[in-house]
Order: sequence, then structure tokens, then C-alpha cells
Amino acid sequence: MSVEYRKKILKYIYKAKAGHTGGSLSCVDILNVLYNDTMNVGPENFSSDDRDRYIQSKGHTVEALFVVLADKGFFPESDLETLCQYKSHYIGHPTRKVHGVEQNTGALGHGLSLSVGTAISAKLDDKDFRVFTLLGDGELPEGSNWEAALTASHYKLDNLCAVIDCNGLQISGPTAEVCNTEPLDAKFEAFGWSVRHVDGHNLKELQDTFAALPFEPGKPSMVIAHTVKGKGVSYMENELKWHHGVPSAEQYELAMEELGGVL
Amino acid sequence: MLVEKSVAAGQANLEVFSETLQSLALYDRDILVVTSDSRGSGKLGPFGTKFPKQIVEIGIAEQNLVGVAAGLASTGKKVFAVSPACFLTARALEQIKNDVAYSDNPVKLVGISAGVSYGALGTTHHSLHDFAVLRTINNITIVAPADNFETEQAIRLATEADYPVYLRFGKKAMPLLNAEETTFEFGKGRVIKNGGDLTLIATGETVLPALKAAQKLEMESGIQAAVISMHTIKPLDYKLLHEFAANGKPIITVEEHSVYGGLGEACASYLMQSGLHNRFRIVAIPDEYTVTGSQSEIFNHYGISETGIAEVAKEIL
Ligand SMILES: Cc1ncc(C[n+]2csc(CCOP(=O)(O)OP(=O)(O)O)c2C)c(N)n1
Ligand SMILES: [Mg+2]
Repeated sequence: MSVEYRKKILKYIYKAKAGHTGGSLSCVDILNVLYNDTMNVGPENFSSDDRDRYIQSKGHTVEALFVVLADKGFFPESDLETLCQYKSHYIGHPTRKVHGVEQNTGALGHGLSLSVGTAISAKLDDKDFRVFTLLGDGELPEGSNWEAALTASHYKLDNLCAVIDCNGLQISGPTAEVCNTEPLDAKFEAFGWSVRHVDGHNLKELQDTFAALPFEPGKPSMVIAHTVKGKGVSYMENELKWHHGVPSAEQYELAMEELGGVL
Repeated sequence: MLVEKSVAAGQANLEVFSETLQSLALYDRDILVVTSDSRGSGKLGPFGTKFPKQIVEIGIAEQNLVGVAAGLASTGKKVFAVSPACFLTARALEQIKNDVAYSDNPVKLVGISAGVSYGALGTTHHSLHDFAVLRTINNITIVAPADNFETEQAIRLATEADYPVYLRFGKKAMPLLNAEETTFEFGKGRVIKNGGDLTLIATGETVLPALKAAQKLEMESGIQAAVISMHTIKPLDYKLLHEFAANGKPIITVEEHSVYGGLGEACASYLMQSGLHNRFRIVAIPDEYTVTGSQSEIFNHYGISETGIAEVAKEIL
């Protein structure tokens, strides 16, 4: 579990008095492994056409992305002090005004199409870069995801990897109750993808899974990451209200204590 | 002051929406609310608990939401499709055009957290295009209520309307405006304050800053500004517009929308074509990458504020 990142996510959400807490905590281990192990991307090669691309479809959990990008050196972490403030470029969703961000997202159901386009381009130009995208489990009913899933297998995009942050919750309730999408693996397999399940908080398992890409030549890869919304802070875990809940002073201290002390 | 007092008394439009629908649903089993994971944001939790058989959850799929709502409406249900205005009117625009308006399925589209209510969540979550795109679609009434009274009336009228309606709601608590007129009809603007030196025509959440600007102008400079809540963007109240333009005094429109295609251009088009050449200004969000901030910071930045509107008034007078 990525403890330092978690503390920073909470720190900046607490400071901004806004943010998507639960979903940032559920996806940050995935981002940790992608940015620090799997992907060939950083400030040093960000202007290179050969860099790996990461597109966050579940844009609302931008705090996890910003914290990881700061750690990679894309911008000084102190910039995040201005998160969501008047005139800041650090808004509540990914925006290309922030160095390191590939695409402006926030409306759900766009990331997979954007990623498919980017991956097709790599194929057309015989380039080796890979494209990664992170989807929420609640965003899957957007029809565009399924349109993009078809295009991805049609063009045999084995340079594309989509990860679903399967935390089982969205805003109004459990995903299974709002709009059941299970069985996800069978659906994506039927759409021509190669699918693997992973514990989305086990860094080693994530590393090994991404190291095995592509899972099958000629097919796009889907990682169904089983996660816990609010992971790492006991009172936030699996609690609906922490989707965009902001901790009070006492709650903030309690969370930091659980994570091993204030930054 | 009256306005300040009534602001405190007001509820968010969405709370009024939820309560009004609950009181109506009690006697009308045909009322249905359709949501796209928007039950919480739409303050519809209590409605869902009380009337579990009158709420249909679709999940995060706004195009599907509107198509399904149109299907439900075609069977005689009184359907409110509730989703953030940004997604409802952009993503599902084709469903609105074809399945609702063109096909005459009288869905009530409820765009929540409209305009820049979502503040620092940014452009993906702003709806500064909705008046413009919906105005060009035949057979849809567009309404942005300015206070709790207008909201409640609009919901009651929409429930019984046998034609498509778009209701545009913001997020924050709304005032109870001290209106001189107490009737409410779609397509009939509401005079909030009379005044013979200029006319401020506003809609939705911008009526309050317009009214405050009028009060400021009066107190500081003795300028008498009329204030109209033009809650219905389409069909626009040409008669009222004509009446207030007839004195030849300046007109300023105010809206939480792009400068293009909204209330301002709708008024300008009518005035020009009617040979009414009043001095005229549009206060709205300019065509640029919208500044980051809360709704009120964005309003202040672009002069949709007591001082901003008063300044424009002084310039134009
Ligand atoms: C097109 C669109 N519809 C609705 C929303 C509002 N919204 C933001 S987050 C969210 C729930 C997302 O749930 P999920 O994908 O499961 O994300 P997570 O649990 O990882 O936070 C919703 C409905 C949106 N951002 N975009
Ligand atoms: Mg989820």
C-alpha cells in the first residue's frame, strides 16, 4: 500500500476543502505501479512521441494523479497548495494545463475512446509506446465505453491496457445496485479483450500483472483491479459518503494517525 | 434589507424540486423520476425512499437516461429525467433532439448544478452551452427559475405540461425575491422591480446579483433600474421585452451562460428585428477557457455581480 501518497492526497483535499477522496484512495496503488514501475514516462521524456501514455478516464479522482505526477517531478508539489483555488491550473479534474497530464477528462466515459485513438496512432506509425487508461466501475454503463471496447479489439490494440478500479461503489450506492455490470470479465472477453483480475492494492501483484502485458498478442488487455474505496483509512473504507467527502480537522488527524503520522 | 433577509429564508432549488415532487407524487402515481447516479446530487434521496416505485435508476449513462425517459413518457408517464445539466444537454443532445422534442415525448429534463455551479471542477462540469443548443431545437420550453417561488411553480406546470420542458437548476440556496408580480407562467417574464432609467433582464441565479446591482445604483446614484426575471428563455416573452424597450432606455441582459446563443442574443435578435435600437449590453461568460474558482469567484471574475453589473450600467447610461 502506498502510504505517503495517501497522506498527500488527504493533505491536499483537506486543504482545498474539496476532492474525491474515496476513489483517489482506491486507485493510487495502481497509479504508483504504473508511474514508478510499468510506464516509460516522466518529465524527462514527456515531450517525446515515444513516451507511454496514461489517460485517466475516472477524472474525478485527480488528486491521486496530481500527487503521483508531483512525485515524478512534473511540477513542484507545493503547487498543489492552490488546488481548486481561484485562478489555479490545478482544478478538480485532469487538465493539460498541468504538466504531465495527457488529456482533459472529468465527464465519464471518454478515456477509453481517447486511449483507443492514441493506440491506433502508435500502430499506424509503427511506434512502440503503450497506452494505459483507468476506468471507474461506476462509469462503465456509459455506452461509449463499449463502443471503444469494440474498436480496440477490431484494431487488435495489444498496445492498449485498460484498468478498471473495481471498488464496488459509485455516488448513489453499490455499483451492483445502481446498474449491475457483472460479469465484467465475460463481457470484455466477449468483446475480444484479454482479461486478468488483480488485487488493486497489492503492489507486487500489480507489477507482475503489468509486466505480463500484452496478455495475448493481437488483443487489448483489461485489468480488473479489485479495490476498496477509501482504502487505508478505516472509517472511509467502503463508505458511500467518502466519494467526495472532505475530512474535518479531527477526521483528518485520525486519518493521518492511521497512516503513521502527519506529513 | 429585504433581499438579504429573503436570501436567508431561501432553499436550494433542488430542495424545492424534491419537496414539490414529493407532494405531487403522493396523489399522482404517474410521476416518475429517472436518474443517472444523480439521486444524491439531485437531492432526491428522500423521494426515492418515499416512492421507491416512482424512481428509475439508470446508472451513469445520460444518453440512455434520456432515451429511456422518452420511452416512459410515450406511455403517459410524467417523467422527470434528472442529471447534471452539463452531461444532460451535451452528451444526450441527440436523444433530446430526436427522442424527446422531435418525437413529441413530453419528458421534463432537469439539468442540475447548471452553469458554473460546479465551480473548480472545471469546464467538463460547466454548462454554458445549454440555452444555446436547446434554443435551436424545435419543441422544447427552456426555463431557469430565479427563486423558490418560480421553482415550485415551474415544477407544477412542467408536471402537467404535455410538451418537453428543460428546467435548469443551480446548486446554491436561492432567495425569495420581492417580486411585484406574483403569477407565474412559462413564457411570461416576471417583473421583480420597476424603474425607468434602464432595464436589467436576468435569468436563473443571475437575477439576484442583478437586483442587488439595481439597489446599489439606486442608493449610490439615484438611478432607477427595472429588474426582470426572464425565467423562460424559450418561448421568450417578446411582449414584455417590447414594453420595457419602448422607453428607449438602455437594456442589460445577465446570464450564467456563454455570451453566445443565450438570453442576451435572444433579446438582441428580437430588438433588432423590431426596430428597437436601445443601447444594449450582454453580461455573461466570455468565450475563453473559464477561470478556475467557485461559482461566486467565477461570477465576480466576469462581472456577473452587484458591482460588475452596476459598472456596466454606468458605462452604458
Ligand atoms: C458523464 C458523467 N456523468 C456523471 C458524472 C458525475 N460523477 C462523477 S464521479 C461519479 C461516480 C463514479 O463512480 P465510479 O466510476 O465507480 O468512480 P469511483 O468509485 O472510482 O470514484 C459520477 C456519477 C460525470 N463526472 N460524468
Ligand atoms: Mg467505483
